[in-house]
Amino acid sequence: MTTVLILMAAGILLGVFLNKHTHLLKVVDRLITYAIYLLLFLLGIAVGTNKTIIANLGSIGIKALLVTLGSVAGSVLVLWMLYNVIFPPAKTKERKNEK
Amino acid sequence: MKNSLIILIFFLVGIFMGLLKILPEFLVANDYSMYALYALMFLVGISIGADRESWKVIRQMNLKILLVPSGIAAGTLAGSAIIGALVPGLNIRESMAVGAGFGYYSLSSIFISQISGETLGVIALLSNIMREIFTLLLTPVLVLYFGNLAGIASGGATSMDTTMPVIVKYSGKEWGIVAVFSGVVLSVAVPFLVSFILKVNL
Repeated sequence: MTTVLILMAAGILLGVFLNKHTHLLKVVDRLITYAIYLLLFLLGIAVGTNKTIIANLGSIGIKALLVTLGSVAGSVLVLWMLYNVIFPPAKTKERKNEK
Repeated sequence: MKNSLIILIFFLVGIFMGLLKILPEFLVANDYSMYALYALMFLVGISIGADRESWKVIRQMNLKILLVPSGIAAGTLAGSAIIGALVPGLNIRESMAVGAGFGYYSLSSIFISQISGETLGVIALLSNIMREIFTLLLTPVLVLYFGNLAGIASGGATSMDTTMPVIVKYSGKEWGIVAVFSGVVLSVAVPFLVSFILKVNL
């Protein structure tokens, strides 16, 4: 995985120098889309040929849903606290006006 | 949304072709996904580096705005850790790694299946797609009860692109920059956090 992160860092550096080549960047964006299609297609093949996953698709889906609920609830609650503590101006003004 | 649908179709076609065993042997026997992942990460790097908007946002940031993605990461990891501790068949590490996709399902599922195998990769794919869909559907309600940052929180990494329109619509235009900034930071963090969570020895 280190290779992947090094490649990404190299890409970012290269990208900084390429930022004026707009049509080259459009090609890059298109290639990203194709790479994602290809990778998800390959992941699909790996899943389709994996009997354990196919047999347990229901429980896999439920686990996925539970992790999503936990993640969303956790982040929404933390930012709700942050919002009240750190970004309150608009809200407090409204409340003062109400009074 | 259109792109997510196409991605899902590619994934489903892959599953069916795998199930029906109508694939040439070399595709099944060799795992080419690692090379495709190398290419993808290099390209993603270029597009981040070249995006003037993201550098501008980073230059304008102050410490306050940095709290937004940090808080989302902390909340997500805490929430998914609790789920990992409670749900049988999932452990805390796996659950946190899935959560650390922050909705960036294409990258996190590919990454996680490389490190931990396809089962967890599929959980990551589904869970993070659900996070995007949840955000698209529930932002109006979340903003109403949990303040203007709730949509950005729920969106995670997706608040920079797919879920940004909904967030701006219900939280207000002034939150657009915060949404983009938070989404960029979380997207860049995904590969680092996922590999750290799955590989670190405690």
